[in-house]
Amino acid sequence: MNEHTRSFRDLSAEGFDTRTLLKNAAEQAIERRYEDLFIVDVDSHHYETEAFKEIAEFIDDPVLRHEAKFQGTSRGGISSESGSYQELAGRITRYPERKNEKVPSTPHRDIVLMERWMDQLGVDMAVMFPTPMLNLSNCPRHEVEVGLARGYNRWLCDTILDKEPRIKSMLYLPFHDPEACYQIIEEFGERKGVVGFMVTATHYTRNYQNPYMKMYAALQERNLPLGFHAAFTWADQSLQLTNRFIAVHGLGFTWCNMLHMANWLVNGMPERFPKLKTIWIESGLAWLPFMMQRLDNEFMMRTSDAPLLKRKPSEYMREMYFTSQPMEMVDNRKALEVTFEMINAPTQLLYSSDYPHWDMDLPSTIYDLPFIDMEAKKNILGRNAQKLFNLEPVLSPVKQARLAARKAAGVAGVAAE
Amino acid sequence: MPEVLVCKDGEIKDGDVRLIRVGREEIGVIRHRDSYYAYRNLCPHQGGPACEGLRMPQVVDRIGEGGILLGQTFDEDDMHIVCPWHGYEFHLADGCHVIDKRLRLKKYEVVKRGGEIFVAV
Repeated sequence: MNEHTRSFRDLSAEGFDTRTLLKNAAEQAIERRYEDLFIVDVDSHHYETEAFKEIAEFIDDPVLRHEAKFQGTSRGGISSESGSYQELAGRITRYPERKNEKVPSTPHRDIVLMERWMDQLGVDMAVMFPTPMLNLSNCPRHEVEVGLARGYNRWLCDTILDKEPRIKSMLYLPFHDPEACYQIIEEFGERKGVVGFMVTATHYTRNYQNPYMKMYAALQERNLPLGFHAAFTWADQSLQLTNRFIAVHGLGFTWCNMLHMANWLVNGMPERFPKLKTIWIESGLAWLPFMMQRLDNEFMMRTSDAPLLKRKPSEYMREMYFTSQPMEMVDNRKALEVTFEMINAPTQLLYSSDYPHWDMDLPSTIYDLPFIDMEAKKNILGRNAQKLFNLEPVLSPVKQARLAARKAAGVAGVAAE
Repeated sequence: MPEVLVCKDGEIKDGDVRLIRVGREEIGVIRHRDSYYAYRNLCPHQGGPACEGLRMPQVVDRIGEGGILLGQTFDEDDMHIVCPWHGYEFHLADGCHVIDKRLRLKKYEVVKRGGEIFVAV
């Protein structure tokens, strides 16, 4: 029986299903007529944990392959190095329940789970990233990072991106090894569904060092953006002083990108690679006015420290791209509005959900904003990503069906642009 | 005010939730310590199904003399409804967010009569 037509549901008798968890999101999508908009989610995740045995088979090095299959990939629990509890000790139910969700045998489980949440949220295309693998940036064994990155990227291209055009990815770069990064760009840069490459920002490496220039040039030549995806590590010396997740996450997810942004700017990367587009992912937005004001103020007194820059740092930042989530929305609408102005949000902001993570944002976080017009909303929800990634704006089958139903009922519709 | 039959008293186990649909609204009826509470299954944050998450007691930092942290514990007398989407917490007793009382779950009166539980809608 359809869940939505029953007179009652007893939670204790139900199995976990993404579609049920997100049914209120689906109602938002219908009420707001998202079928009139092409929506791209530029930062979402899957848990490669569940497919890790498959992924391990894609690792070249037989010794590392054996080790990966033996060790697996998930974190080691409360006594592990990170001891993370981003799932709020079980309060965010999709974390512990995800593994119990039933899916058909085909297509691949990760494709089914992605499409379930995308359809409920009203998302047409999503850029998908891994989850635990982002923490490879903290692995002291750089050859392990390289081996796993290659194996994962190959699995992702062969198993997911080749099969499902709604799912895209910016592939993981093992940033500790610039030559390996370059090789990965060479090997995977033309693969279907690859819309760019991504550095986990907890790589405590210097992004301005000469060995990286070859890979930046390779990305610029292919017109593929470089993303810095925020993360945190409790191994960071300063963050080791925190004792609660809210502190390590609130600071860590911005700090790592602030560090890369500062180095990127003062070493003149936007002048060295003027056509290389950068995307700053999952640090929210509140850090941007701070960085703009702080760097501009210091730069005007110390232009000799950043001699490659021909304009103020904020002017370069206004040409970069930023994903929206987690957007700071509590009691600060005026601050948010100023932030949108400062970063030129109508052309530079990219909607992202970060689903299924604990602080995910729905498309309504953008759609319901009172201080931007519908054109800006359409840009942020999809058109900016469409242009940046050169995407074909194809609506999801669910939204196409809704449009067709409206047409059949004689209700005026606006085709997605 | 019309009443909707939810269940026989005791049909929902202590700690469980029954969700009933009344028109376009879904209402979560929660049984806790032999009392029943009813709230709209819609979080004022981003619209999550608030009644489908966990119930968790208030977490308490135990502070001793001189501001010393003694440890943490749960206040079992202040049970919370936790929205499963993002973890927003609301007092089970009145549906108010634990910090910002302007955010609240829509509350319904629960009526116990003749061994049956009703919600006034």
